[in-house]
Amino acid sequence: MTTTRSFWTQIALLVVIIAVCVFPFYWMVTTSLKTQIVALEAPPVWTFEPTLNNYREALFEDGVLRTLINSLVVAVCTTLLALVLGVPAAFALARFEFRGKNDLWFWFITNRMVSPIVLALPFFLIARNLGMLDKHITLILIYLTFNLPIVIWIVTDQFRGIPYDLDEAARLEGASQFTIMRRICLPLAMPGVAVSAIFSFIFSWNELMFGLILTRSEAKTAPAMAVSFMEGYNLPYGKIMATSTLIVIPVLIFALIASKQLVRGLTMGAVK
Amino acid sequence: MRGQVPRKTIFAFIGPAVIGLAVVGIAPLLYAVWTSLHFYNLTKLRRVEFIGLENYWTVLTDEAFWQAMGRTFFLLGTALPLQIALGLGIALVLHQPGLTLVKTLARLSLVLPMATTYAVVGLLGQVMFNQKFGVVNQLLGGADINWIGDPENAFAMIIFWDVWQWTPFVALVLLAGLTMVPGEVEEAARLETKSKWTVLRYVQLPFLLPGLVAVLILRTADTLKLFDMVFTLTRGGPGASTEFISLMIQRVGFRGFDQGLASAQAIILLIITIVLAQIYIRVFYKEV
Repeated sequence: MTTTRSFWTQIALLVVIIAVCVFPFYWMVTTSLKTQIVALEAPPVWTFEPTLNNYREALFEDGVLRTLINSLVVAVCTTLLALVLGVPAAFALARFEFRGKNDLWFWFITNRMVSPIVLALPFFLIARNLGMLDKHITLILIYLTFNLPIVIWIVTDQFRGIPYDLDEAARLEGASQFTIMRRICLPLAMPGVAVSAIFSFIFSWNELMFGLILTRSEAKTAPAMAVSFMEGYNLPYGKIMATSTLIVIPVLIFALIASKQLVRGLTMGAVK
Repeated sequence: MRGQVPRKTIFAFIGPAVIGLAVVGIAPLLYAVWTSLHFYNLTKLRRVEFIGLENYWTVLTDEAFWQAMGRTFFLLGTALPLQIALGLGIALVLHQPGLTLVKTLARLSLVLPMATTYAVVGLLGQVMFNQKFGVVNQLLGGADINWIGDPENAFAMIIFWDVWQWTPFVALVLLAGLTMVPGEVEEAARLETKSKWTVLRYVQLPFLLPGLVAVLILRTADTLKLFDMVFTLTRGGPGASTEFISLMIQRVGFRGFDQGLASAQAIILLIITIVLAQIYIRVFYKEV
C-alpha cells in the first residue's frame, strides 16, 4: 500500500521536475510560431494556427542568419584556438614536473572567478584604440579568457588518467615529448578534448556582454541581435522568440550530448 | 624519474597558453588600473588626465555602488538557499531506486536550463512575465501582476529565473555526491533507523559537503558576474531595483561614458572577488 503511494508521489514529483524544466522552451517555440496579433492576445492562447513567418522574416529580412554565422565563426575559431594553446599546456601540467606548476594551474583555473565586466572595460578601450572593434578576431581573443581555462581544466584531468607506462615505452623507442603527446596520449584523451570543445563552444555561443560591447554590425553575434529587437514599442515577440529558438537549439543539442560531463565542467575552479 | 624534461620543452608546451592568457586576461587588467587613475570620459576624450585615487574615493563613498553590491549579495542570499533546498529535494528523488526511464528523462531535462543562453532566459522572461499577455499571470489564475514594472516583483522575477536556471546544476552536483555514499553503508543505516532525516544528516551529508562548497563558491562568483539575463529582462530597472554590480559598472562605463569611474568600480569588484575567494579557500580548503 505505502509502496504504491510513494511510487505515485515519486512519479508526480518527477513529472513536475520535467515540466518546470521544459515548459519555458515549449512556450518559446510556440510563441515563435505565432503571428504578432496572436502573440499579443491576452490572456495568451494555447491553440492557434502555426506559421513559420517569424523565422523567415528574422533570418532573411532582419539579418539574423548573418549574426548566427558570426556567432558560429567566433565560437568555432575561439574553440580551435583554445585547443591549440590548451592541449599542450594540459599535457605539460599532467606529465612534467616543474617549479610553480601548482600556482600556474591555480591561475589558469581561477580565471573563471573574474567578472567579465572587469575585462570588458579595458578590452573595449584597447580594441577601440587599435581599430579592432566590430571584428571577429576581437571576440575570438577575449573568449579565450574562459575557454582556455576550461580546456586546460578538462584535458589535464584526462591526460592524468592515461597510464604513464605508455609514455615510457615510447620514450625508450626515442620518441620526442611532442610525438608522445600527439601519437599516444592525444588519441586516448579524445573524449576529454571533445567535451572541452563542446563546453568552449557553448560558452562562446551563449555569451552576450562582450558581443554587445565589442561589436556593432559586421561581427554582431546572435544574442546581441536578439537583444536589439527589444528596442522601441510594439516589440516583435514572435520574432524575438524565433531568434531565441534558433540560438538555443544547437546549444541544447550539444548540452545533451555532453550531459554526463556538464556538471564536472561547470564546477571548474571550485573542486579539485 | 617521472617527468624530468628540459626547461625548453616545458616552455614549448605551456608557454603559448601562458602568454595567450596573460595577453587577454592580465594586460587588460593593468590597463583598467591605469584608466581608473584617470579622468576618462568617452565623450570628453580630449580631457583625459591623471587624477590619482579620486575615482576610487568617489566609488568608496558612493552609496549607489554599495547598494548595488548589497543587492547582489541579497540576490545570492535569497536565490542560493532556494537552489540548495530544491536541488537537494530533486537529488533525493532522483537517488531513489526504480523508474529508471523517467529518471533518465528528468536528468536530461535538468541539463536544459543550465545550458540555455542567459540572454534568451531574459527574453523568455519578458514574454512569459508580461502583465497582459504573459503565461505566468494566466497560470496564476488570471492574475494582473505587473512583474517587470514593479521594483519588488521584478526582483522576485530575477530570483525565479536564477533559481530556474541553476537549481538543476545544484541538484546534479548533489546527486553526484549521493551516489558516492557506499551502498552497504546506506543500507545498513536504513535498517537502523526509519528516519530519512537521520540518514541524510549523518550518512549522506558528509558526502554532500564538497559539492555544497563548490556550489557556494561558484554561485557567489556567478552572481557577481550576473549580467546577460538581467540586462535583457529588466536592464537593471525599474529604477535601480535590479541593478546588480556588473550591470552598474556596465551602465557607468558605457551608458554613462565614465570609463575612469567604471574601471575603479571594476577594480574594487575584482579585489572583493579575490578577498572572497581567499576567505572561501581558507575556510573550506584548510587541509590543502
